[in-house]
Amino acid sequence: MSSPAPGPAPEQVTVPQIFRAFLLIGATSFGGGVVAYLRSSLVEKHRWIDDRTFVEFLAIGQTLPGLNATNMSVLVGDRLRGAVGAAVAVIGMCLPGALLMFAAGVAFGIHGNRTVVVAMLHGVAAAATGLVFALTVQIGKKALGGIADLVFVLGTAAAVSLFHVKVFHALLVLGAISIWWHRPRADGTAAG
Amino acid sequence: MNELPTLARVFAYLSLLTIGGGMAAYPALEHEVVDVHHWLTMQGLVHLYSVGQMAPGPNMMVVASIGEHVAGPLGSLVVVLAFFLPTVLITFGVGRLWVKLERWRWRNAIQQGLAPVSVGLVLAGAITLAKGALLDWPAVVIALAVFLILLRSKVNPAYLILGGAVIGFVAFKGVN
Repeated sequence: MSSPAPGPAPEQVTVPQIFRAFLLIGATSFGGGVVAYLRSSLVEKHRWIDDRTFVEFLAIGQTLPGLNATNMSVLVGDRLRGAVGAAVAVIGMCLPGALLMFAAGVAFGIHGNRTVVVAMLHGVAAAATGLVFALTVQIGKKALGGIADLVFVLGTAAAVSLFHVKVFHALLVLGAISIWWHRPRADGTAAG
Repeated sequence: MNELPTLARVFAYLSLLTIGGGMAAYPALEHEVVDVHHWLTMQGLVHLYSVGQMAPGPNMMVVASIGEHVAGPLGSLVVVLAFFLPTVLITFGVGRLWVKLERWRWRNAIQQGLAPVSVGLVLAGAITLAKGALLDWPAVVIALAVFLILLRSKVNPAYLILGGAVIGFVAFKGVN
């Protein structure tokens, strides 16, 4: 417990250090899974936050709207250096990918309709679909507590995919029902 | 140029739907970009979105490509700001409050309650993407192979998507 931390204590982390760390993650986290890159940098390499805080921030970030990558950047940056820390963390996280995808947009406008490119993009889209389903299974495994949760998952997916309910409406109605289902019970441990 | 306010409004709205991940907003993204505003064809969106899965950082940077496609560099900037700023501000504000509410009894109820709904939204997004991407048997086989490999190993998905490009080059070259 008393072993000295190799990295600087959180109160000594500077704004440029935060920017560099998040820029590096934003530039190297190829293939998604940015949460794993975040953990290895923030918890293991820099030791700016511990695992418990990381998991708590992740839960908050997943509950609020916004992508995991940017929500984690905001929460960790804020914890380290307040509003400025949050701002540079988000900018560092977003900048490389945004520039790359801007360039992709330009290239798509020029070459997107060429037969060879379309053929390759069909393959890319098929592989990305496999990736997205794998990610869904992975987050589903972590999030689900029982049969009721599975019903909420399938009910939400069916509402949007089969019955074309707007995402926003599905979120409001099914979110409210699901929160009510998980409401604090009278015998809950959090009482008092 | 007059597309900019529309771009800002649409992507600010979409950003609020990204609960549990960017994929949760995909059905609405497709509806707005393809059906309502005709900024891209369904195939174009599927292709760009899939390329975006290879990019580092937040996995919805496809919005930068869409903004560029519609209104050039300024469009790209407007869309990225509209898509990220609202949720960044919400997370900043609510995040501070949320940490303080550690003993509020409804806090866990909200986290536990929204989790399955957000997984359902991500699943719906995946289904919408699949409808646009898996148009023939070779595509289904590629998707299934990537899905199974990722569940059984820790290979970086970017390599698998690059592999998809190579297989697509060979398998689909004659299709179009």
